[in-house]
Amino acid sequence: MSDISLRDVRKVYSGAEAPTIPGLSLEIVSGELCVLVGPSGCGKSTLLRMVAGLEEVSDGEIAIAGRRVNDLEPAERDISMVFQNYALYPHMTVFNNMAYGLKNRGMPKDEIRRRVDEAAVMLGLDGFLARRPRELSGGQRQRVAMGRAIVREPAAFLFDEPLSNLDAKLRVKTRVEIRDLQQRLRTTSIYVTHDQQEAMTLADKLVVMNAGQIEQIGTPIEVYERPASLFVAGFIGSPPMNLLPPSAVPSLAPASAPEHALIGIRPESMVPADDGPIALDVRVVERLGATSTIHGRLPGLESDVIASVPSTVPADPGRTMRFSSPGDGVHLFDGRTGRRLG
Amino acid sequence: MVERRPLLTFTQHAVLIVGAAIFVFPIYLAFVASTHTGTEVNRGLPLLPGDQMQENYAIVLGEGLSTAGAPPIGLMLMNSTIMALAITLGKLAISLLSSFAIVYFKFPFRVLAFWTIFITLMLPVEVRILPTYEVVAQLGMLNSYAGLSIPLIASATATFLFRQFFMTVPDELTEAARIDGAGPMKFFRDILVPLSRTNIAALFVILFIYGWNQYLWPLLVTTDESYYTVVMGIQRLANSGDQLPQWNLIMATAILALLPPVIVIIVMQRLFVRGLVEVEK
Repeated sequence: MSDISLRDVRKVYSGAEAPTIPGLSLEIVSGELCVLVGPSGCGKSTLLRMVAGLEEVSDGEIAIAGRRVNDLEPAERDISMVFQNYALYPHMTVFNNMAYGLKNRGMPKDEIRRRVDEAAVMLGLDGFLARRPRELSGGQRQRVAMGRAIVREPAAFLFDEPLSNLDAKLRVKTRVEIRDLQQRLRTTSIYVTHDQQEAMTLADKLVVMNAGQIEQIGTPIEVYERPASLFVAGFIGSPPMNLLPPSAVPSLAPASAPEHALIGIRPESMVPADDGPIALDVRVVERLGATSTIHGRLPGLESDVIASVPSTVPADPGRTMRFSSPGDGVHLFDGRTGRRLG
Repeated sequence: MVERRPLLTFTQHAVLIVGAAIFVFPIYLAFVASTHTGTEVNRGLPLLPGDQMQENYAIVLGEGLSTAGAPPIGLMLMNSTIMALAITLGKLAISLLSSFAIVYFKFPFRVLAFWTIFITLMLPVEVRILPTYEVVAQLGMLNSYAGLSIPLIASATATFLFRQFFMTVPDELTEAARIDGAGPMKFFRDILVPLSRTNIAALFVILFIYGWNQYLWPLLVTTDESYYTVVMGIQRLANSGDQLPQWNLIMATAILALLPPVIVIIVMQRLFVRGLVEVEK
């Protein structure tokens, strides 16, 4: 059992007027990969660093595996962390980079050797143990950083945007590797990212954060299918959800919808239909191969409405296209509170 | 310069050769003087080496110049080496530790402490030499290696350079070390000092020469011949009272005094350059 629980955790930096995290609770079940996602400055990294013990907790309680860790040093918390810039020790070999934490714990030499060798094989680093970090590629350095986390066999892995220094192709590959590794080891993990695609693909539990607070917790599919707020609706999903006033699409708005409501329709839920209620003046068509993204205008609206359709659907700028949306594709939000209605 | 312009190449080389010649000439003269007899040198300096080299160097190394009241040069060379090494190692140790404290620890008056150290950059040895002498004398450290080296050990320059370097070490490295269970001193020993290797090598060269070239301070604190250093010893040799200075022997001493810093530069430069080539980050 190595669940992580945060109770009413607060963070106020000295000198700051408003708290970075005004009070937040979160339960992470043992073996789960929990992704914290949000725009930069939303407090997700601060939260992770508080769990790691690199930031002090202003108030509240953090417990790892049932043990209160607020006042423990990072090394005593039984966690390991993967940093954005890898943070490998440049003057040590790959082997020593992975072994350093174990040596500091006074582990016997042959046990260290066994664990490092095992992790190296798992990560495909077995030929590189004698090299220095500067002799490795970005992806290999990332794997060394992972190896350093694994050999400790900790209660939890903490990932702080570990993929943001990799190029796009490698990022997808490494993402899969991290997922695979975490599923094999079943180690409780917290993963911080600002990339919603990374968040969706990796998470068992997705936590969307904004301004130091949790907007929504759920599985990626729950969050995608039933966004709890306008913020989540706009943040998760790419291209983002279209948000329209009911007056623009009266036939799609439920009769009960209040005047200040907003209707949300994902671009993927926009289905071309000859008699559909949404008539778009097509401005730009982006062809992505399998799908095309159509940017168009509704009469009387300032911003574009986006539709994602199969590339077989004929679409040209200047034409008017009609779309409908199936009932479960229409989301209703309160425009004043930003919360979901119904 | 990828351009092929013969005249430019010629000018460049001419300037370099002339510059090098101007620089080397006095040293050459000193060497030439050290290979003749005293009378030959006093008659007018010859331009080619003579045949007295072995004899002259044997005298300065073995017997010393009793007439000038100086011990054999071997002892002075050893004194100089001890002083220069003590100053260098002391400065490196103290400045590494103090910049570690200034950069990585929060304590009251930290900024004040840094600026106090920094301001002492403006106070060279000569400015504070009388009060320092008084303190050293009161502590009974005159005529001792401690008296020669300890007052010169505090170093604002090295502290400042290490501080600048430590500030470029990424915070994530510090945090990774904390998670790896390295306490502050372990972090210092296992990570900061190895990373500072090239800086240490460069400073070693500079500080060794600084220590070796100390002149005024050893002159003040030593009255016992057995603690004379070679740089001040040369001066003693030249002040030979009524007699003519024995320039051949003085120059032999000068050449010998030149060797240790040169050796340090040659040896450390290899390390220094290798450190520069293997950029680590």
